[in-house]
Parts: sequence; structure tokens; C-alpha cells
Amino acid sequence: MKIIIPIKRVLDPYTQARVNKQTQLVDLTNAKMAMNPFCEIAVEEALKLKESGAASETIVISIGTDKTVDTLRTALAMGVDRAIFIKTEGDLDLQPLHLGKILALIIKREEAGLVIMGKQAVDNDNNQTGQIISGLLDYSLGTFISKFSLSDDAQSIEVSREIDSGIEIRKLNLPAVVTVDLRLNEPRYASLPNIMKARSKPLETVELSSLDIDVTPRVKVISVVESGTKDRAAKQVSSAKELLEELTQMGVL
Amino acid sequence: MSALVLIELHGAEISANSRAAVTAATQLSDTVDALVLTNDAANASAVAAIRGINTVKVIADAALEHVSAGIASKLIAGVMSDYQYLVAGSATYSKNIVPVVGALLDAQPISDVCEVKSANTFTRPLYAGNIMATVESSDEKILLTVRATSFDHAEDGGSATIEELSVDVPESNSTFISLQESQSERPELTTADRIVSGGRGLGSKENFALIEQLADKLDAAVGASRAAVDAGFISNDYQVGQTGKVVAPKLYMAIGISGAIQHLAGMKDSQVIVVINNDSDAPMARMADLVWNTDLFGAVQELIDNA
Repeated sequence: MKIIIPIKRVLDPYTQARVNKQTQLVDLTNAKMAMNPFCEIAVEEALKLKESGAASETIVISIGTDKTVDTLRTALAMGVDRAIFIKTEGDLDLQPLHLGKILALIIKREEAGLVIMGKQAVDNDNNQTGQIISGLLDYSLGTFISKFSLSDDAQSIEVSREIDSGIEIRKLNLPAVVTVDLRLNEPRYASLPNIMKARSKPLETVELSSLDIDVTPRVKVISVVESGTKDRAAKQVSSAKELLEELTQMGVL
Repeated sequence: MSALVLIELHGAEISANSRAAVTAATQLSDTVDALVLTNDAANASAVAAIRGINTVKVIADAALEHVSAGIASKLIAGVMSDYQYLVAGSATYSKNIVPVVGALLDAQPISDVCEVKSANTFTRPLYAGNIMATVESSDEKILLTVRATSFDHAEDGGSATIEELSVDVPESNSTFISLQESQSERPELTTADRIVSGGRGLGSKENFALIEQLADKLDAAVGASRAAVDAGFISNDYQVGQTGKVVAPKLYMAIGISGAIQHLAGMKDSQVIVVINNDSDAPMARMADLVWNTDLFGAVQELIDNA
């Protein structure tokens, strides 16, 4: 079984996003970038499946400008077998529906049995792309998973989904798309020898324009503002009684 | 053109986020209908009582109790031929389903809408809520999930017509096995007036029990930072933040929480924020209305004793 892991390069999650006043967009020039944390978890899970003998091949895909190759190489250094780079001309505002169409095309071409990806990218926070892929391909879907196991006959998987009311366990027929939550695993670091090895692993470049997919934005960003967090004028208290009195006066107790 | 609200039910109980979705839908359209996917058609009567809904459309089938996203989306897409908008409250239920509907209708859904600015213009958060974007949709059918903390929750007092649709439920490619429900006597996290939330500073699962005791004393819900969840102090459904739940209670008490931006994203709209920590430099303190820099355990115990 082939596993496809779509990954995304995002602003480092520990960096504050800033708005460029001129472009009215989030400024990513010279910003520190990293692999989306949920994608790292997806890569780790795919590698575990490969190591257990359940997967024949792991393939990582990402879409973007040339810099995206860095993120693909990171995944290769973690241990993924090969990479597919969908190259865009310049920074396009690709939305989950576009990404879903592009990825669905490649997933079909590769005849992948399983797609493992992050539940959301921490830049746009859409939480949509995995679901859209499952809809386009009519694959079974397991979102927000924190546990994963393959059945003995390798025809289905059992997943634990972290949902608002608790944990839902479902059996998904293969082929399937799963989107991973934080607690699924602890992603590994790439060792230095593996980083060296990753340089010679296969990386196929596909021009987005060759795929004949309409990528006209459906939802246009008109403006962005930094909402951040307002500092509040904190009042210091020094005892439980004082705190409870303050809260009673504020009318919240 | 009219709007369809996807209602999330737990048994016969209507999820609070669905009530927020009704309010958002009434801002978009004069005709708001609701869609209920359920195992029991009788559950629709509670939905018909929500003010603002015209007609409640019900698809009832035993297979819909723990419906898969694949089946739900096919049923919804079928009903959507009569509607311009699909509105659902942001929650794992809708996040699982609405994007799949988008794939079927060739529409780009808009997640976590905080404000309806016009018929096709909305605001939504990016980057853990550090950025608020105004976005405009050019789709024919507009699919939205809306933040439950950003819209009033539509109240009862209506009397909608109930219309049961007879639709064949397609075969599913996934099977429900079980649901391990979080058992709690406490108020529900996303709708609670008061939340007592604990972080890594508590040090252990045993110490986290103090948070639960204090919450019980204050009739509050329990919350947690991602660090506390990662450390195994409490399960993930208590997580407040970018990848957890978004809350806006009257009172938010952050105890032993350092205040990573991902956590602030989930609670910054709280009315009154209290920070109790032994680290006065933690970013959480900047967010606070009231700060108590002290030994955590002594403080929480003192609060339990005095509350």
C-alpha cells in the first residue's frame, strides 16, 4: 500500500504574524518558515506504517514556490521515500478546494491506498483540505485522529477521532483519507546522516500549469488586520478573599 | 435566496453552536430553514421551537445517529439545490462534514466566520486569531461555519413547520464502532459562564484535580492548555486554543498557564480574565484583569476554602 502525505510550509508557529501595510497581506518576506506541526505528525505516522511493513512506499507532496522544496527535503530527511513538488509560478492564493483538486489528481495517479495529513495548517486554520479530498475521490474519511491501526487483512483501518463530545472510534474502508490531531504521536527529528541522504532521494517536479486545474480564487481576501491580543491593565491581588471580592464586584461570580 | 442551517444534535438536544448558526443565517437571508440528520424524526420538534427558523427539514434513518461525513455531505448536497447558503456552527461535527459538501458542490467553504458583513463578505481569523481577515466569496453557493462565541444563540419561541424528507441513505464506506463520551456533571466548556483552566504549571495529573475541585466550587467548566493536555493531565476535549475549543465566558481563570499565542487564541474574548501563576513574566499576565502571583497550589487551595 502506498501512502501519500500532503504537507505544507507555513510561518513558524512560534512567530507572530505581521501585516504588510502596503500589500494588506500577511508579510512572509524573510519570515522564519517551518513544516506545519500537524504535517510532521502525519509524516511520523506514515513512517511508522512503513517500518511496520504495512506500507510499501511513502510519498510526500507539497505545493508552492521553489522554497517549498526545503520542506519536502525535511520530510525526506525524516525518512519518507520520495517527494512530489507541485510548482507554482509565484505565490498563489491557493485555497483548500484548489489544493484538494490538485492533490486528488496526484493521489489517483499514484493509486495511493491511504492519505495521511494534518487536520489543519496553522496559518489559514481552515481545517478543510483532507475532507475535500475525501469528497472529491469518494474515499472514506477520518478527521482529527489520535489513534490509528490497520486491520489484519489490510482492507480497513480503525481510528479514534477526537470530537467535541469525546472520542469516536470508526472503521474506515480503504482507500481512506485521515487527518491527524496532536496526540497521535511524537514526530522524530531528522538525523544528520539522514539529512545528507535526503539530498539524493527522488524529488519529482510537476508544474501546476500542466495539471489543467482552475485556481482562480473563490474567496478573495479583501483586507487583514492584526487583531492580536489587547493587553489589559492587570490589577494585582494577594489573597483568595481579595480575588473573590473583586470578582463578586465585577459581577462574574 | 434562502439559507439552510445544519443542526447538530446530541440525542434530542440541540448543540449551542447550531443556535449561533441560526442567528448568522438570519443575518444573511429572510428565509432560514434547518436541516436535521437524525435517527429519530421526533428530535426535530425541539429544532422547530428555535426562533427564526421557517421550516425544519428532517432526514431520519437509523444509520444517521453517528453519520459519516461522506453520507452526511451527500444528503446535504442534495437538499442544497434549493438554497444559496449553508450555515453551521463551528464544531468538530460541522468541520468534518461541511468541507466535503464543498467538494460535492464545487464551493469553497469559509471556516470560523466571526462576522457577517454583507451577503458575500465575512470576517474570519487566521494565524491562531492573531490576524482577522475580511474575505469575499464569489461562489454561487456559500458554505459557512460560524464561531459560536461571535453570534447570539437563537432562543426558543418559534414554531417552524416540520417536513420529513424521504431520501434513500446511501451505503457508507465507514462504520461507527463506539463513542467514549466525556462524562462530566460540570457546565459544557464552550457555553459555560465561568471556566477554570489549568496549564503545565500544575505539574501532574494529581495536582490537576485541584482545578476540578475549584471549578466545582465556582460552578465552572474545566479547561486546559495544550501543554497540560500533551502532558497527559487531562483529555484533549478540554483543550482551549487554536487547535482546541474557542471560548468567551464571563470569567476565565488561567492557573499555571504561560500563555502561548495558540492558547490566547481560544480565550482572549473572555470578559474577565484572572491569572494565577508563580511566574510573573509569563505572557498570560498581560492578558489579565486580575493577577495573583503566588504559589499555585496554596492559592488554589485557599480559593477552594474561601469560595
